[in-house]
Amino acid sequence: MSILFAILFYAATAILVFGLAYRIRKYIKTPAPLKIPTTPAPTSTPGVAFRMIKEITIFESLFKSNKWIWLFGWLFHFGMLLVLLRHLRYFTDPVWWWVSLLQPFGKYASIAMLVGLGGLLLRRIVVDRVRYISAPSDYLMLLLIIGIGATGALMTFVTHTDIVTLKSYMLGLMVFDIRTMPTDTILVIHLSLVILLMAIFPISKLLHAPGVFFSPTRNQVDNPREKRHISAWAIKLESSK
Amino acid sequence: MAAAKFDVPELKEYPIIPKLQKDAMAHSAPYVAKEQFQTQLGYPGELVDNWQQVAIDKMGELTEKYRSLQVFLDSCVKCGACTDKCHYYLGTTDPKNMPVARQDLFRKVYRRYYTLAGKLVPKLVGAEDLTEEVLDDWYTYFHQCSQCRRCSVYCPYGIDTAEISMAAREVMDAVGKGQKYCNEIIGKAQTLGNNLGLPEPALIDTLEGLEEDIEDETGVQVKMPLDVKGADVLLITPSADFFAEPHIDGLIGYAKVFHEAGISWTMSSYASEAANFGMFIGSYENMQKLALRIRQAALDLGVKRIVFGECGHAWRVAYSFLNTLAGPFDFLDSNYPVPQHICEVTHGLIQDGKLNLDKSRNDHMVLTYHDSCNVARASRMGDTAGGQFTIPRDIIKASCNHFYDMPEHAIKEGTYCCGGGGGLLTDDLIELRVKGAMPRMQALKQVTEQNGVTHMAAICAICKSQFSKVFPYYDFQMDQIVSVHQLVSNAIVLTGQTDGDSDDEDSKDAEEAA
Repeated sequence: MSILFAILFYAATAILVFGLAYRIRKYIKTPAPLKIPTTPAPTSTPGVAFRMIKEITIFESLFKSNKWIWLFGWLFHFGMLLVLLRHLRYFTDPVWWWVSLLQPFGKYASIAMLVGLGGLLLRRIVVDRVRYISAPSDYLMLLLIIGIGATGALMTFVTHTDIVTLKSYMLGLMVFDIRTMPTDTILVIHLSLVILLMAIFPISKLLHAPGVFFSPTRNQVDNPREKRHISAWAIKLESSK
Repeated sequence: MAAAKFDVPELKEYPIIPKLQKDAMAHSAPYVAKEQFQTQLGYPGELVDNWQQVAIDKMGELTEKYRSLQVFLDSCVKCGACTDKCHYYLGTTDPKNMPVARQDLFRKVYRRYYTLAGKLVPKLVGAEDLTEEVLDDWYTYFHQCSQCRRCSVYCPYGIDTAEISMAAREVMDAVGKGQKYCNEIIGKAQTLGNNLGLPEPALIDTLEGLEEDIEDETGVQVKMPLDVKGADVLLITPSADFFAEPHIDGLIGYAKVFHEAGISWTMSSYASEAANFGMFIGSYENMQKLALRIRQAALDLGVKRIVFGECGHAWRVAYSFLNTLAGPFDFLDSNYPVPQHICEVTHGLIQDGKLNLDKSRNDHMVLTYHDSCNVARASRMGDTAGGQFTIPRDIIKASCNHFYDMPEHAIKEGTYCCGGGGGLLTDDLIELRVKGAMPRMQALKQVTEQNGVTHMAAICAICKSQFSKVFPYYDFQMDQIVSVHQLVSNAIVLTGQTDGDSDDEDSKDAEEAA
């Protein structure tokens, strides 16, 4: 079991890192031939940075569009962020001071995360418009993350796993030293689902995470009159004329 | 007005999100472009035999040329935030008019041929083969998108359906299934210089007629110059301004403003069109051809500035793309932005006190303002963000005494499209146009009832034509839509102007009543 999971972890990490790198490289290499920022478009680079920060931290556009999706989406994402940061304690020795500080918040954040996910799932089932646009994978993705969150919360609040052994296993994985992994069912399910999530990340809609940074309607400076914006293929078009 | 062969949506007191009615608009599609107009633009004359492969290849080519397309196809999480944002969905109730569903018509094919998940487990991720049915759906529903970009304002990732709709139309052109209205017009603009196909003598004739009208009305000789070499300003305006109502009143307004400010200006018979339908079909090359005509006209006439008349998508192409497509414009006067909007010119003159505006001359109207979609969401005016919202409103307020905005959700960046943009302003799509106008009609009705609004001003040729046509379906009058520069034209008191008696009495009466 320890060896099997070690292999799976290495494979999933490789898929995640190289898969994402491949997608991001593709986004960077694909030209944006025309300026297409959407109003309210900032006229300077700091303005764009501020806009992006607002999009990523408070989901500004989503707030404008739909308060329910915003509420559930925000609870889910920020719950998850805290939970993930809390998990750093299993990968660091000694544990960083600010991770210790987060510990109590991170524990309860898992509940916020589950509430958010539950709300999103409910919306998908109940609202006819959202049901219409949902593919099976849209439900499965939510269920997958709910599964991860639920098993994690179970281990935090109900049936604890052997966390000392687990941490030793994780620290070992990071230096390619395979030690013993605890084998209680909940933990095995939790880790299996995490591995699955990591593996499908680069080929699923989870690509919205890097995608948001590359969205021309959000990341472009609105200065087409001041500065000529021209892509490589458009220049070629010019010289052939 | 001819009786409608379809149900006109009922205007409710408050906007509601309608229940989905599958295939409610499946019967609506525009005429397909004939061979001559296809080949003129460099596309196959009719559906090619191996259209599937050509389409799939074209799709791949486009995702490599446009980052927007690539990122937008990958990033959607189907959150549903956009589902109730499209005026066509709100007006037609057809689920495929929800932005995400419209995108998915294209995305499901992209998934099938260009993603691992779509190749391995198509059913699971909603990927589908490109079949004839899918192509028909594309033709139907990508011609039910006016590329107004309202959805992109509300998407957490800024996904812009217009980009996908343009790409889909480009793919359809590449396989030989183009849209008649757009492609015929692009052909005319590329050969004759304007969308309407007006030849130079017709332009001269029209402009002379207008000069006479102005002189009769004001006693002042206001010139409407065409092809005048060495003028300072080249005015590029939608060709609808030369003959349609209320567009032509706007054109008279520009002329009066230039005249009064003492700006030497001209129009060009070679580039007598501001609208650039190349954008509607997603074609960089065709868009560039029209942009280059404007550059050529500016060079030939030796002007120092380029100013655009009232036209929404034209202003988007001009403001956002002109420098990219046909630049650099370093031969022009660097003291002015290239290009400039007529509203920027007029606004500047008003601020400098160069125009004498008598607001009471518009007292027979209570006004509201329709933010045209592509000005509101894609381009700017002036040098501060949001100038496209304040500048036209400032001009209106300087020209009339009574102005009220429509509800906040229906104006500025959240404005609703008129329903006729994006190459859909054609009689074969009248049902779509009427239904798509519903959210705007609802907002207009609200200020009509609450504030006694009688007229709506706009700065887009398509909006003006569209509203003139669809107003009667909602019990408004055709002439309740006006040009912003029509208001300026009414209010401006030209130096040496001698008005008829009746006008003066009208304004006196109005003053006393107020």
